[in-house]
This record gives sequence, C-alpha cells and structure tokens, in this order.
Amino acid sequence: MTTATEASAVTPVAAARKLSYVKAFNEGLAQAMREDENVFVAGEDVAGYGGVFRMFDHLLDEFGPRRMIDTPISEAALVGLGVGAAARGLRPVVDLMFMDFMGVCLDQIVNQAAKMKYMFGGALSVPLTITTASGAGLGAAAQHSQSLEAWLAHVPGLKVVMPSDAYTAKGLTVSAIRDDNPVVIMLNKVLLGSAGEVPEEIYGIPLGQAHTARHGCDVTVIALGRMVGEALAAAGELAAEGVEIEVIDPRTVQPLDTETMFASVRRTNRVLVVHEAVTFGGLGAEIAAQIQDSVFDYLDAPVLRIGAPFSPVPFSPVLEKAYVPDRARIAQGCRRLLERS
Amino acid sequence: MAQRASTASKESTQVSTQVIKDLHERMVRIRLFETEAGKLMEAGKLPGFLHLYVGQEAVAAGVMAALRDDDQITSTHRGHGHAVAKGVGLREMYAELYGRVTGACLGRGGSMHINDLTRGMLGANGIVGAGVPIAVGAAFAARYKGEDNVAVTFFGDGATNIGAWHEGANMAAILGLPVVFVCENNGYAEFTPQSGHMLLTDVADRAAAYGMPSVVVDGMDAVAVHRAATEAVERARSGAGPMMIEAKTYRYFDHQGVKGLRHPYRSDEEVAEWKARDPIDLLEARAVADGTATRAELDDVWQRTRDEIADAIAYAEASPLPDPADLLLNVYSG
Ligand SMILES: Cc1ncc(C[n+]2csc(CCOP(=O)(O)OP(=O)(O)O)c2C)c(N)n1
Repeated sequence: MTTATEASAVTPVAAARKLSYVKAFNEGLAQAMREDENVFVAGEDVAGYGGVFRMFDHLLDEFGPRRMIDTPISEAALVGLGVGAAARGLRPVVDLMFMDFMGVCLDQIVNQAAKMKYMFGGALSVPLTITTASGAGLGAAAQHSQSLEAWLAHVPGLKVVMPSDAYTAKGLTVSAIRDDNPVVIMLNKVLLGSAGEVPEEIYGIPLGQAHTARHGCDVTVIALGRMVGEALAAAGELAAEGVEIEVIDPRTVQPLDTETMFASVRRTNRVLVVHEAVTFGGLGAEIAAQIQDSVFDYLDAPVLRIGAPFSPVPFSPVLEKAYVPDRARIAQGCRRLLERS
Repeated sequence: MAQRASTASKESTQVSTQVIKDLHERMVRIRLFETEAGKLMEAGKLPGFLHLYVGQEAVAAGVMAALRDDDQITSTHRGHGHAVAKGVGLREMYAELYGRVTGACLGRGGSMHINDLTRGMLGANGIVGAGVPIAVGAAFAARYKGEDNVAVTFFGDGATNIGAWHEGANMAAILGLPVVFVCENNGYAEFTPQSGHMLLTDVADRAAAYGMPSVVVDGMDAVAVHRAATEAVERARSGAGPMMIEAKTYRYFDHQGVKGLRHPYRSDEEVAEWKARDPIDLLEARAVADGTATRAELDDVWQRTRDEIADAIAYAEASPLPDPADLLLNVYSG
C-alpha cells in the first residue's frame, strides 16, 4: 500500500481506487487513530474479532489492546465510558453494533453525552463518536433493522451522519472523530459491501454540508443514507422518460444543510424526500416543513415524503421488500409530483 | 452471603424411567430441529440470522421437564431449543424460519423472535438480557392473579453483564417473585470468552448480590439440570422466591450460522472435548446401561422425530408467503 503522501502527490483528489463501504470506514478510522493518539475504540467484539460487520478488522494488530478494547455486553456502561473519557480529553469511538441496541443505553446518549457541554457552561466538550449499523434488508427483523435517526436528530447536542457510499463513509468518519461533539455514525448494513472510489489519503467531509449527487431541473429528491443510491437509480429510469431529477444527499442530518436544499427547490420547484425510517415523525417531516417555511413560493406542488409504513420492520423477505422504499417508489413519486402542473 | 443450594452435587440420584425418556425425547427434538435448520441455512433457504443451540440441549430439556404447560418462559436470541422443549409446534417454527404466513409470528419475527402463548413461550428476544425483566413481570402477574405458575428466564453468561439483568434480579428478589433464573453458560458471548467479559468463574455468584440462592450444575447432564430445576421451580411455586441455576454447557456451532470463522476464537480441541461429553450420548449411555431404555427404543425416538421434522419442513415450504397488503397487521390492538 502506498502512503498517503505518495498517493496525494500522484493523484491529489480522487485516486481511481475502489474500496468497499466497510473498508472505507475502517481506513478512515485507522487514519484518524494514527493522526491522534487520543482516539481509542471500545465495543463488543471490536478488537479480537474485528467487529461482527468487519468494521474494525486488523485494527488490533496495528493499535494494540490499549486502543482497541473489547467490552462486556453493557451498552450503558460502554457509552458512559465514552462520555467520561471524552470529558477528560480523550476521543472515544464506541460501537453499538446494531442501532437498535441504543434502546438499552439511550440515557447515556441523550441525557448525558448530548447535554454535558451545555450543563457545564461550556467548560468541557464531549468529542465522542458512536458507530452503529442501521437499516433493513438483511432479514434481521424488528429488533435489528431500524433507522432511528429521527430520535437522535431531535436531541440538541448530538450530531448524526448517514454515509450513503464508500467515499462518504470514510470522510464522515474522519470528520466525526475530529469533531468536538458527540456524533453518531449510522452505517447502513446493506451498503457495507458496496464499493466506490475512495482516495487513499485522510480527508474529512464537513459535517452539515449536503452534496448534490446528481444535477437535474425537474424534481429535487432529498435522500438519506441508502436511499441516495436508490434515488440515483430512479434518476436513470426517469432520464429515459425525459425527466431530470436532482438528487441531494444531506450526508449529515444533524446539523442539516437546508441551504443546499432550498437552492435546489428554487430551480426545480418540486421536492420529494425519501428515507428508510418510518414516514411518521421522520426527518422527511422536518425537511418538508423547513422547505415550506422558507421557499414555499417556489413550490409547484406540495412536498412529497416517502418512507416506511408505520410498523416495525418485518422479517419475511417479501414483507421487508415491500416495507423499505426503493427506486420504483421514488420514480413513481417523482412522476406524481410532475403530474401536478 | 452466597447461598448455594444443596443440588450442586453432580451425582444424579434416581429419577423415574418416564423422566429419562421425557428428557431424551426433548433433547432429540431440539438436536434434529437445529441440525436440519442449519442445513437449510447453509443451502440458502432461510433468510436472516440463525443462532443454533446444538450442544446445550440438556439445559432446555432439563428445565422444561420440570415445568407445567402454563408456566411461562422468556428466551434469548438462541431460542429454538427452549421453544422446542416447551412444546411449540415444529411446523410453526420452521414456517417462521422460512418467513411464511403460517409461522409462529406470521412471518414477521423470524428465528430470533419465536413465541407461543399457548405453550407459555413468551418469546425469544433479539436484545440481550431483555427477557429477564419480562419474566419477572410474568411472575408478578401470576402472583397478582393468585395463580401458582412460575416464570423461567433463560440467558447466557454474556447477558448477565447487562443492566436489565441486574435490575430484573434485584426486582425479583425484593418482591419475592416466583422466577427461576437459568444461566446457560456456554463459555462465550459471541466471540469473547467468559474470562474476557467478567472476572468471575461462576456466574451464579452474581445471584448472591441480590440475596438469591443459586446452584451450579453440569449443563451436559440433563438429569442434573432437571433435578436443580425441579427444586428451584418447587421453591418458586411454594412462594419462597427466585433462585438461579447456572448450567455449564457448550455450543457446537458458531455464534451465528453453522461455520465459517475467519477468526478462530476457540480451538478444535476444545470443541472436541465438549462433544465427547455430548448430552444426548450421555443420557442414552446411562439409559441403556441401567436398563431404562433399550437401544431400539431410543432409535425409535430418533426415527419418529426425523419423520416429524421432515413433515414440518415440507409444511413450511408449502406454506404461503405473507401478503404485503397486510403490512400493518398487529401493529396495534383494537
Ligand atoms: C443489547 C444487545 N447488545 C448486543 C447484542 C448482540 N449480541 C447478540 S448475542 C450476543 C452474545 C450473547 O452472549 P450470551 O448472553 O453469553 O449468549 P450466547 O450467545 O452465548 O448464547 C451479543 C453481544 C444484542 N443482541 N443485544
């Protein structure tokens, strides 16, 4: 493997090198650990085993047991360990394996990590990173498949990022670790093996900056996490019909870059928001409301939301497939928006 | 104040021929259910995750044989063995693994969530430790209603590191509820050995912190487990409060699925050592030696169960899939 400096000397930005989403995450984490001695990782089976999703593969070899810590199954103590260590100046990365397991340690995330800086009058910060795998699609059923970003994005003091591909997985990971706030990284389980071009050098993607994944003039599709890929696939389908959709990937859902969205709405006048989480009370509602607050006069149709039905995630693959939004539903949503003149 | 009950002795005293046959049948059913499920998973026929129970059969069989049908259990992510031993139908169980609408959860739950209220099976659980307080609640309900059933909660060694476990144990103890805590200590939490996640040798020591008596038994000996469970269940039923049983056991397959470890976390020798004390072999050898059963009688149990398993798999495969139009079914009551 070439070093970061060699690589950047040859190809300053995007080396034409493909890496899987999970390897991109792993590389970003390793580079952030090299960059800062205060970064350590703790979680269940993260060190010796390398993480059940291979997220932490080989990190024990390089960083040793001082910085790669296997913990008991004790999520409340695990996040609390991260909060306390962060309050004392370390930069912990704690892993919750499946996002659903947040259920057993929400107090430490919501009442402790998120509020500590505020309640200490700004005297300290909590540079804690929580990594976890979210999303349906593996037949993992109701307690291992949720997308709970709305819970977290609702809590002042937390930041939430949702990488949509390998490139963002690495860049957002690096930024989350460098950030002085508690940040939750939601890695999508279905995307873990998907490959994309990833620069070899360390790079951060600014938190709170949306990315226009595709330019178009007819409809703006704001898609979260895995839905970005589905939206891009829908865009291909619609292009064949002469419809050009613009796809916006917020990348970070807290803070949310609304300016990029508003600018797009001013050009396209039609908006569809799509996420994997249930529609009710999901981020689609927040995004739609903000668009109506700020750029209502530019809209030619009400903002449309697509998400999951108001049900736990079902197990049976036929039900799970019907449950999670896909490219067909996104394309159909865009057509519906265009039918309103 | 570690209170250890007297049943810690490994020597199993006399149990009736009928109990031996009962334990044997329950173990064979679990073994065959699980090995066939493993094959189906390897053949790519089952979606989702599969945490197999093979090796631990003596625990489920020994405990369940001490329970009545209306006693309640809560289970774990590794729950098939408990469900089979509690009498959940094999057809409903396979249909659930296949995601069919005829399954125990109508295809909504899968392997990790099998339940059956008609058999007092309050559910396998995808969240480690979550079943513990639920069993405490079931026991509370029994006493509240003036019924004499007990609740048993199964959990692994790893699960006793979860806050819910400790809160549940203390709650059961202070309220004096009819709950039996059964730790299936297979030595690992996923890929982490017990020594890597707690400093105790006997998980049962944790019970003492809550004033709960406990006992450690050989989890490969169904008779020993059964005797301890009978004592704990009778104790709970008589109103004397909760008790904990720690059964030292082993799982033969991987944490999830059947095989395919990229990082070996235990040696082949270790697996072989435990397999040499296979719970079914042990019971069969003893039964034949002391004349409780003939080899032919034991073989007959295997054959009958094989037929039943084949029927259940055929039933599952022939069952319809759920209808996506029913996606919102059962989200709410009423
Ligand atoms: C709250 C929670 N944390 C983590 C997990 C992931 N997980 C599933 S099984 C398991 C290990 C459980 O070990 P143990 O309780 O000893 O049971 P065993 O698998 O050995 O039967 C872990 C960590 C989970 N399902 N729930």
